[in-house]
Amino acid sequence: MTATVGVVVFPGSNCDLDAQRAFADLGADVRMVWHEETSLDGIDLVVLPGGFAHGDYLRTGALARFSPVMDAVIEHAERGGLVAGICNGFQILCEAGMLPGALRKNAGLKFLCKWVDLRVENASTPFTARAEPGQILRIPINHFEGNWYCDADQLEELKANDRVVLRYADNPNGSLDDVAGIVNERGNVFGLMPHPERACESLLGSEDGRLILGSMLDHVAAQHELSVAG
Amino acid sequence: MTFTAHVNVMLKPGIADPQGQTIEKALPVLGYEGVGDVRVGKRIELRLDAADESDARDKVDAMCKQLLSNPVIESYEVDLT
Repeated sequence: MTATVGVVVFPGSNCDLDAQRAFADLGADVRMVWHEETSLDGIDLVVLPGGFAHGDYLRTGALARFSPVMDAVIEHAERGGLVAGICNGFQILCEAGMLPGALRKNAGLKFLCKWVDLRVENASTPFTARAEPGQILRIPINHFEGNWYCDADQLEELKANDRVVLRYADNPNGSLDDVAGIVNERGNVFGLMPHPERACESLLGSEDGRLILGSMLDHVAAQHELSVAG
Repeated sequence: MTFTAHVNVMLKPGIADPQGQTIEKALPVLGYEGVGDVRVGKRIELRLDAADESDARDKVDAMCKQLLSNPVIESYEVDLT
């Protein structure tokens, strides 16, 4: 059964079509979900894409977390469905309290748009299962507020439970403990600053992003098999 | 009753403030010596209707916690008139 991916479109999202193309190229059915929609029925995997939702006014993600669709996103996660927030989507998940921490302005106060190397710290998540532990992925970043932070106790908890999924090999933005991507306690909500959907075609410089997006689709396929068997 | 609230949102102490650090480096270049601890925050002004001052304070406090500040990295102070 083909996975159905819902890409949420906020006013100001600008990586929604990149995500649509990348997931479609991997064989998924992709549905664009306007942020005012209140149902995610039939959607297996929710993607909050990059961009500047609601203009990033006040703080990145601060207004997007109150978009009507977010109640359905939270319900989807509570049912065990996968949610992935890329860049601005990661910022929204943090503001919504679905992931810990917050994204501050980059340490160097520069908007960073470049390729970086990421180290896969946990390859046992639904978002990284196609990768090897310790594998280096070449994926671009494109952000001004990617400098992730949380308090010391929270960081210890994340590290103890392998919730830091991706780290920068060479920290570009000051992010605490080189964190590039984390999961929630249950392991079904993932946020990362880099853009795997922009690293899915060799013509663009890397196909490493397919490992991340493809892992999610594998997980959905396994969920389908389980539900059929059950 | 109508009240005016001035909300100052600042990064919590200990949270690195790259904007403040950049300003701090720029000021000596302009000849201002002896400047330190530069921190940059936000000021939000709003008008609201409330039953009394206590009610107004409660409402602004709730706004600050829910939207105007991010408690992970920011603190806030409210000046109500």
